[in-house]
Amino acid sequence: MSELISAEARSWIGRSADPVRIEISRTDIRKYAIATEQQQAKFLNGDEAPAMFLFGALRPLIPMDQLGPDGIPPDKFLPDLPLKRVMAGGTEMQFHRSVKPGDVLIATRSLHDLVEKQGKTGPLIFVSYNLRVETEAGELVLEEKQTRIFR
Amino acid sequence: MNIFEISVGDTLPERQHTATNVSLFLYNAVIWNPHRIHYDETYTTQVEKHPGVVIDGPLQGDWLNQVVVNWMGDAGQLATFNYSNRRASYLGETLTSGGAVTAIDADAGTVDVELFIKNEAGEVITPGTAQVRLG
Repeated sequence: MSELISAEARSWIGRSADPVRIEISRTDIRKYAIATEQQQAKFLNGDEAPAMFLFGALRPLIPMDQLGPDGIPPDKFLPDLPLKRVMAGGTEMQFHRSVKPGDVLIATRSLHDLVEKQGKTGPLIFVSYNLRVETEAGELVLEEKQTRIFR
Repeated sequence: MNIFEISVGDTLPERQHTATNVSLFLYNAVIWNPHRIHYDETYTTQVEKHPGVVIDGPLQGDWLNQVVVNWMGDAGQLATFNYSNRRASYLGETLTSGGAVTAIDADAGTVDVELFIKNEAGEVITPGTAQVRLG
C-alpha cells in the first residue's frame, strides 16, 4: 500500500474539473504558428490549428494577483501531495478532428491515476490526467493523457 | 505521397531549431505561460538554479510533431502523437529534430514513425512516436 499518497488524495482519482469552453480564432492560430515556426501554409494562414495548439489555448486565464512570484498560476485541480517539485512527464494524444477558426470547444480534465514509484534519487509520484475535448455539438476532437511527475 | 512508396526505415527530413529570447518570449506569450524560467535569466539561474533560460518542453513537442506533419504534408492526417521530455534544454543550444518510419499497415492506411529531438551532444532529449493516416 502506498505510503506517500493519502486516502484523501486517492479519493481524487476519477474526479473531473469544471469544463472549460474556448472559442478558436484565426488570429490566435496565426500567432501560435509563427511562434512555433510552422512550415505549412494552412497553419500560417490560420485555416487549421497545429496539433499542439490546444495545449496553449486551454491554459487557465488567472488574474494577475493570483500568479505566484515564479509566474506560475495556482493549480486547484491537484490533491495535496507530500512531494512538491514537478516535472513534465509524457503526453499521449489521439486526434479525431482538426481544429479550425470559429470552433467552440469544451474541454474536460479528469484525474486518471496517482502512482508512487521509486526513482534513482528518491520517491516519485506520477499524476496522470485525461483530457477530453469535444465541440459544443458533442463531436470528439482530442483525447489526451498527460502525466506530471512530482519529486 | 503513396503508402506503397514508403518503407520501414525511411528517414524523415531533419531540421535544426535555435530558440532565441524573442522566439521564447513569443511562444510563452501565445500559450499564456508566465513561468519566469522561459524569459527571466537572472531569476532562472539564481532562484531556480538552472544553467540558463529553459526551452519549453511542449515547444519541443511541437517541433517534434512538425517532423511528421511536414513530411506528409496534405497527404495524410496525424492520428496519434506521443512524446516525453527526458532532459532539459537551454537557450543557446541548437536542437535537431528528425525521425524514421517504424511500421506500415497498407490495409489500414497507417504509417508509424519514431521521432527525436537531439541536443548538440547527440543525446535524444525528447523522444516521441506518431501514427499518420494516409489518403
